[in-house]
Amino acid sequence: MFKTYFPIALLLILVLGMAFVIVLLSRFLGRRIPSKDKLSTYECGIEPTGDARGRFPVKFFLIAILFIIFDIEIVFLYPWAVVFKKLKVFGLIEMGIFLFILLIGYFYIVKKGALRWE
Amino acid sequence: MLTVVIIALIKVAVVLVVLLLMIAYLTWLERKLLAHFQVRLGPMRVGPHGLLQPIADGLKLLFKEDVTPSGVNKVIYTLAPILSFVPAFMVFAVIPFGDKIFLFGRSIDLVISDFNMGILYIFAVASLGVYGIVLAGWSSNNKYSLLGGLRSSAQMVSYEVSLGLSVIGVLMLSESLSLVDIVRSQDTIFNWYIFRQPLGFIIFLICAIAETNRLPFDLPEADNELVAGYYTEYSSMKFAMFYLGEYANMINASAIATTLFLGGWQGPWLPPVVWFFLKLFTFLFLFIWLRATLPRFRYDQLMRFGWGILLPLALLNIFITGIVMVW
Repeated sequence: MFKTYFPIALLLILVLGMAFVIVLLSRFLGRRIPSKDKLSTYECGIEPTGDARGRFPVKFFLIAILFIIFDIEIVFLYPWAVVFKKLKVFGLIEMGIFLFILLIGYFYIVKKGALRWE
Repeated sequence: MLTVVIIALIKVAVVLVVLLLMIAYLTWLERKLLAHFQVRLGPMRVGPHGLLQPIADGLKLLFKEDVTPSGVNKVIYTLAPILSFVPAFMVFAVIPFGDKIFLFGRSIDLVISDFNMGILYIFAVASLGVYGIVLAGWSSNNKYSLLGGLRSSAQMVSYEVSLGLSVIGVLMLSESLSLVDIVRSQDTIFNWYIFRQPLGFIIFLICAIAETNRLPFDLPEADNELVAGYYTEYSSMKFAMFYLGEYANMINASAIATTLFLGGWQGPWLPPVVWFFLKLFTFLFLFIWLRATLPRFRYDQLMRFGWGILLPLALLNIFITGIVMVW
């Protein structure tokens, strides 16, 4: 237990420490001469128009939701894959039914045009 | 207890230093190789054949002005590079880079932690990298950044599905989630999963390239339409941290591909560690080669390819593997 998790925790602490030190170092080492133009939003040299807190296509939300559905499916597949050799035909048919139900959903998504970006 | 702590400290320190050096010299290798692909010389001035260039670049970035634009959300803007930097380094914790070695009468595994759920850990940690990118895009309050961040999140999330599915064939054959066991199950070259899972390997490779936002899938950065995508507003070391994270992710993807499909450190004659790095650099070379060769996808092509082709293919691969194994 300790032998497994301690090195990972140690790595996390070291990497986090390194990240914060890097951010702080550049803050103190670089000189800072702010000016109004320098601090304005970059828009290819043109005066920025409005800000970026506007609306954006709802498609991105849809992709995120689809991802959650399929990712849960994958999480179910992992333990199944590890014990597959013991389950043999039973496991194959069982997972076949599960994936078949999901595939119906997948074809529904495709037919609805949720994955089209034109 | 104390010995475990000391061994862990040494291993973590060595891996971190080697990883940082590899990232630094990967940037040099990429510039050099791209230059030679285009019949140029690449960096030549700093040190022999520009070998000190990465160090000069790092120092230069360290002393650059750290600009925080006025419209940004300061807390998230500062945290985002850290959030994309940390997971990239965490993945390497479970990758075995060599066989057991004997030092001072004690056997040491050449892996930071032999975790029995290694692959799940990798997917869990690697997918945290998306947060850094999305938050960087959103907090910058810049239209290019926002678009880059959104594109990136949608792309990474889409390809993660197929990435997860492509590995399952390997798990079915190896019956373990631990990367150490998976490497051990590929003891001869014919047992390498690249030969037993060719379709899975191809899907994995394509998805891994898409996950690391490299060409031909570099739409989040797409220089000529989005300037630099989600890190347009970043400067100095914060910018460098996104860069370090991206290159660390490239190394991770190559290391995972090596471990899962090319037998990890297994190989004749040469020491295991050398084999591991040889295979690793083959993949890194492939990454750079692809960048020099292929043009960028269009966004609708990218999405259609991920959901319409790779996902069904990955499911088919699992089924074929299952049927062959039951046979």
